[in-house]
Amino acid sequence: MATENRPLSPHLQVYRPQLTSVLSILHRATGIALAVGTLLLVWWLIAAATGPTAFDTVQSFIGSIFGRILLLAWTYALFYHLSNGIRHLVWDSGKGFELGTAYASGWLVVVASVVLTVISWVAGYAVQGGL
Amino acid sequence: MSARTPLGRARGLGSAKTGTGHWWAQRVTALALVPLIIWFVVSMIIVTGADHEAAKAFIGSPINAVLLILLIIATFHHGQLGLQVVIEDYIHTKWLEVALILSVKGAAIFLGVASVYAVFAIALGG
Repeated sequence: MATENRPLSPHLQVYRPQLTSVLSILHRATGIALAVGTLLLVWWLIAAATGPTAFDTVQSFIGSIFGRILLLAWTYALFYHLSNGIRHLVWDSGKGFELGTAYASGWLVVVASVVLTVISWVAGYAVQGGL
Repeated sequence: MSARTPLGRARGLGSAKTGTGHWWAQRVTALALVPLIIWFVVSMIIVTGADHEAAKAFIGSPINAVLLILLIIATFHHGQLGLQVVIEDYIHTKWLEVALILSVKGAAIFLGVASVYAVFAIALGG
């Protein structure tokens, strides 16, 4: 069967992005990113079990500028996926589908994901005693 | 009139033969991950920049070890379920779709078991 060339729907290039559709695709994108990002947790745990040298390697990677940028992106993806995931669980209960409510919960997710990320990083730096 | 047999209707598994099992598992693991992830983020903030001994002490303490293992299982289960749906949605070449889904599931099992093993090794090995 020639299934490779079938048209895809919706046609993303002619659709005007809306908050609801952007948040929906972002949920999927952050999910994929988090699946990849889990490798960092796996590395961290295995390095801790392996020994001090392996652990120092992973700690210095996380502590590097590149590592911190990755971790910041990972933190945001995590809080976004968590917040929007809770929004999805509420929808699964059959509530919150009214247009106004869907937009309000969408903006709430946007604000919550940013605020939680900032709080976590401020707390992280406070625990470490500065930069 | 339905063409479905009475037995098929009673089983309620539909044409894909798995019913709502995938959907339900995705939600149950999501629900479990809400408290686990909040605990994990708070814990990671506390152990940030820890040296090897401090990290081992954190991972190896009984409550943390149990919660970490639960987090690992729920995360990999939830993640491979989600990636499976993404692959099913976008990959329309059957052999490639099956190969990718099997690779994702295999990787999730391998990495999940490796992570759980690491937690056990630290908790029991000292």
